Amino acid sequence: MTSATLVPDRPAVSRRSGRDGRLTRASGLGLGIAMLWFSLLVLIPLAAVVVTAVDGGWAAFWDAVTTPQTAAAIRLTVGTAFLVTLVNIVMGTLIAWVLVRDQFFGKRALEVLIDVPFALPTIVAGLVLLSLYGPDSPLGVDIANTRVAVFLAFLFVTLPFVVRTVQPVLAELDREVEDAAASLGASRFTTFRRIILPSLAPAIAAGAALSFARGVSEYGSLVLLSGNLPMRTEVTSVRILSSIENDNLPAAAAVATVLLAISFVVIVALDVIQRRVVRRG
Amino acid sequence: MAEPSTVVRPARGPGRYVTRVLVVAYLFFLVAWPLFLVGKNAFADGFENIRGIVEDPDIVHALELTVTVALIAVVINTVFGVGISLLLVRYRFPGQRLLSALLDMPLSVSPIVVGLALVLVYGGRNGWFGPALESAGFQVIFATPGIVMATVFVALPLVIREVVPVLEEVGDEQEQAARSLGANAVQTFLRITLPAIKWGVVYGVVLSLARSLGEFGAVKVVSGNVLGETRTATLVVEENYLNFDKGGAYATAFLLALVAVACIVVVSVIRPKDNR
Repeated sequence: MTSATLVPDRPAVSRRSGRDGRLTRASGLGLGIAMLWFSLLVLIPLAAVVVTAVDGGWAAFWDAVTTPQTAAAIRLTVGTAFLVTLVNIVMGTLIAWVLVRDQFFGKRALEVLIDVPFALPTIVAGLVLLSLYGPDSPLGVDIANTRVAVFLAFLFVTLPFVVRTVQPVLAELDREVEDAAASLGASRFTTFRRIILPSLAPAIAAGAALSFARGVSEYGSLVLLSGNLPMRTEVTSVRILSSIENDNLPAAAAVATVLLAISFVVIVALDVIQRRVVRRG
Repeated sequence: MAEPSTVVRPARGPGRYVTRVLVVAYLFFLVAWPLFLVGKNAFADGFENIRGIVEDPDIVHALELTVTVALIAVVINTVFGVGISLLLVRYRFPGQRLLSALLDMPLSVSPIVVGLALVLVYGGRNGWFGPALESAGFQVIFATPGIVMATVFVALPLVIREVVPVLEEVGDEQEQAARSLGANAVQTFLRITLPAIKWGVVYGVVLSLARSLGEFGAVKVVSGNVLGETRTATLVVEENYLNFDKGGAYATAFLLALVAVACIVVVSVIRPKDNR
């Protein structure tokens, strides 16, 4: 459903006809106003984070991000986001596969379920998971305040990304090629590995990048679920928040810069993947 | 929803059932059952919990604040989103590709970092612009404008991501025809462009609304979380849960979840009618 929301499908050069697309006076003014707003809201504040982080010099920055507690938080966040992304690559592709290729009663309900984590407030997501996997669990499993809780929360909030990037690509795949491969004696596994997987790979990679970025930056769903125990279940966002609350803005900015660098790398990776797809397409 | 372009042929063999059961079970344990339990817990004492929150003036204030902020944020993001989408698709200007990439930034920035970034610039004590704004009588951080800015920030790309693909698909032939027949820019936009991108805008608005109502981390940093003043609905969930008022937390969470699920259902119901 939210494929257009989640798939970065904006081609670098858009289709156009006739008009040369040069800015008129009115559109130039519009662009100016939009850029002013975007700068005041996003660009200047994000720049302020980086400037504040490096203000005290490289040594201060390095000290802030390598204190044992912060380093543990960054390791936990990146490690868990990585694991969750691996699970999403497999499960997300499988879910997309079932949604596109299988027909059964209740499939529409699954479509809605996939998007729930995207629209559900993160604090509610935490509470939702706590009600099944917390102290009052009807299943009898209590994972609250453990690292498994961090893993589960990341898994929940990143669910839609791989599914929604792979699904439209899978729906567009030409089944003839698969039939041809099968008729030439390829097993179903070989067909999947040699025919289907290569076509899906860019979409899977894009979804994985989004899922990783989302996991690394997660905060809300962990508040109630993970207990935020220092050195154990505390993630990077929580570290930043406690620095803010202790009025240590330079330290908060330093750790935030690490997160910004990670999201920047992901955006660049996505852009590269997209350009490869556009060139191929 | 991505409609299959060809007739769906059922997959063959037992593998089909294995994958189907696996996927259904995964989604059941990860999403469906937990979501159901929140509703169940909210109504554990009948309507007591719901009555509890609608009779608490502070929680009612929080709900009103959340709705007001979300509506303002959606209006801002819709105007900005449609405008910037038109500029990105219909015009060429230097730095366009960079801008297009930067517009996606808010989706992958941690909400806490969003809050921190706004505090560093608009904070009343030692922000870049904050002290000047405050001496002019305009408080941003720990006040409603800050909550609005944080909410606009996190939901910023949603309208753009829905509208840009639609604008690209419809092309600009009709717009050019209208212009050559003497329509001015405003007429062309209102009578040609807007009807063509209508559904894209609607999806973007619904998704932005869901995202705006539910923002938590960024709002927590910039709002100051003052009971009855700058506490929003998502902050109520946290506070009530941590203060052992689980009934109130579940009831508020249930309301928020209801709106979120309603937004998704609305989008999934209206989308297939549009030939995308």
